[in-house]
Amino acid sequence: MTTTDPTLSQTDPAEAPPTSGAGTGTRGTRVIGVATIVAMGWLVAFGLGFSPEDRDQRERVRLLYVHVPTIWIAYLAFIVTAVASAVYFFGKKSLGWDRLAGASAEIGTAFVAVTLVIGAMWGRLTWGVFWQWDARLTTTALLFVTYVGYLAVRRLGGTHEQRARRSAVIGMLAVLEIPLVHWSVRLWRSLHQEATVLGTDGDVSMDGLMLFSLLVGVIAFTLLYVWLVMHRTRVMAMEDLLDDRGLDDALAARRAEAGPGEVAREGSGAL
Amino acid sequence: MSALRIARFVAAKDLRIEWNSRVFVNQVLPFAGVTMVIFAFALDADSVLQRVAPGLVWLATMFSMLVLVQRAFAVETADGALDALRVAGVDPRAIYLGKAAALGVQLVVLEVVLLFAAVVLYGQTIPAGGWVLLVTTLISATCGLAAVGTLYGGLAAGFTGRETLLPLLTFPAVAPVLIGATRAVEAALGTAGAVVSDGWPWVGLLAVFAVAFGVGGALAFGPLIDE
Amino acid sequence: MSVVELDDAVAVLGQFPALAGATLRVEEGEIVLLRGPNGAGKTTLLRLCAGLVPLVRGTGAVLGLDLATHRESIRRTVGLLGHQNGLYLDLTVAENVRFWGSTVGASDGEMQSAMQRLDVAGRLAGVSVSKLSAGQKRRTALACLIARRAQLWLLDEPHAGLDASARDELDETLRQAAASGATMLVASHELERAGSLATRTVDVVGGRVHAVIDDVDPRDPGSGNPPAAGVAT
Repeated sequence: MTTTDPTLSQTDPAEAPPTSGAGTGTRGTRVIGVATIVAMGWLVAFGLGFSPEDRDQRERVRLLYVHVPTIWIAYLAFIVTAVASAVYFFGKKSLGWDRLAGASAEIGTAFVAVTLVIGAMWGRLTWGVFWQWDARLTTTALLFVTYVGYLAVRRLGGTHEQRARRSAVIGMLAVLEIPLVHWSVRLWRSLHQEATVLGTDGDVSMDGLMLFSLLVGVIAFTLLYVWLVMHRTRVMAMEDLLDDRGLDDALAARRAEAGPGEVAREGSGAL
Repeated sequence: MSALRIARFVAAKDLRIEWNSRVFVNQVLPFAGVTMVIFAFALDADSVLQRVAPGLVWLATMFSMLVLVQRAFAVETADGALDALRVAGVDPRAIYLGKAAALGVQLVVLEVVLLFAAVVLYGQTIPAGGWVLLVTTLISATCGLAAVGTLYGGLAAGFTGRETLLPLLTFPAVAPVLIGATRAVEAALGTAGAVVSDGWPWVGLLAVFAVAFGVGGALAFGPLIDE
Repeated sequence: MSVVELDDAVAVLGQFPALAGATLRVEEGEIVLLRGPNGAGKTTLLRLCAGLVPLVRGTGAVLGLDLATHRESIRRTVGLLGHQNGLYLDLTVAENVRFWGSTVGASDGEMQSAMQRLDVAGRLAGVSVSKLSAGQKRRTALACLIARRAQLWLLDEPHAGLDASARDELDETLRQAAASGATMLVASHELERAGSLATRTVDVVGGRVHAVIDDVDPRDPGSGNPPAAGVAT
């Protein structure tokens, strides 16, 4: 669906994605979508079925097949955000990179939330408490809040270019913040050894089938991430397009303010 | 006109505004003091207060810093001065460094007052060997706080909802400072069996943080305050 | 090279197209009066030329610098006096002028003479800006502006809030600046005063610019333009 309307934004035409219908699906997303479903099916089969229970954790270990992939993918998502932010800021200012950064951050934040929730469930079953201030959980919580802040900055309004520049700077600053947070929290927690009986990590020595299940989990969630990012960036492109159309309408209304008689004088506009 | 010279003018201007208006002395310091008092109401036991006193000092600093940053940028937006600075073509890095320096000076004064309050209200003592660590911690933590506060304060300045956006962005970013500064002050005061030598690694962290955000902030400030 | 060249320029305030396709060309030494109703886009036009707001559509250049890519460079060459005065309310007049002057490297003598020209030296110099009247604040802002020696002056209703004698002084200041080669864009409702100063008048209506024929009487908006067909006069 392309358009020949000449009044559309000249700086970065937010073209409608090449979809075949009213939604944001294309052949690419359908392929990935099917692959995701298949992979998720495998994950359910192996995670819930084929893989054995853990010696110490018994059935609870199955939560980790979701919990661990989600945090890895979240980190991947945030790296994508940082890279896309840098490409936008230092490169050609193409808004597609900004949309990628934003979509990836949204999905990454959602994945971190899932990680925290599942981690809390695991913790409740294992330690009897939903939360512990160990290094990993604390940094994950701070990671979550940091990107909630990034998403809040994206919503501050203004033109698309303004949003993109602001978000790109904040996105790149997050790359500065996260390592510092990691370092300080690790140092903090290593000095205060409050290890519980089972250790504060969720790590168990995994072997064979369990590792394979984990790998399936990583693949399944990566595919899910890609599928979500593709759709989300396209929806964002359409939202931007809608904004531009809104601007066209607003421009037309504004020009009409002047009244029909003014049009006749346009020819003498510039001296 | 070098950026550093302009930064000095900007810092001097900010401090003179504070001197003339006395908001810092009349409002921010009392606010910080009241915070220290109500901590005692919430944390009932004396032993608890003694144990967490360093943390409370830095918490009160963080909350007061929000007020200071809001104020620092309110003076800029009240009559369109920030716009005028932009039109004047003043190097944004100079604006950033100047405002961060002025904020830092106010923060140091605030922290000294809060430490004094902790000595009085929470029964803290400062052992002779802890002074050097204490002063170094104060300075390095303040540099980091001022760097982050000025940066996000500039971003939040023009927008509605800035009062909530500022802490949302600032607090996760300064978490390392809160952790490091509290541990270092605990080491300096000998809280809970800590010794002075425990504190120096934290000062290293604070210094790295200050440099990282000082540089990052100076570079990021220009794009963030621009329309 | 024109001082200002705008071609179908669009600038937005939030989602609102304050400037909806403005076309304007200003040559060096011209003093252009922008007249039009409130909300017509005069302020946004001036801020656009100052490089403060981004150009969303169309093209534009100020002093040869592209508005799309060189906004920072443009700012240094222009002086904008907007609705707000750009002053620090908690500083005195002298402290304000000293600060603004020092950001551009003006000497003490230059700053002092700027203050004297606008009659804010002497007793007023030590008064906090927050205690000044609107007119006194405006004069302080002008003193700060003069110290900057801009090539393009952008004035947004400069006479607002000034009493008669202050307005006369302002006119004199502007005349002197114009005589020394400054180009000016003045948005004003003071059609008589600004009109006598202006070399050209344009109407800003609905975010667009309409030229007014040169030898028209600026006090009579309808003169010089034949009524378009279908519009009742």
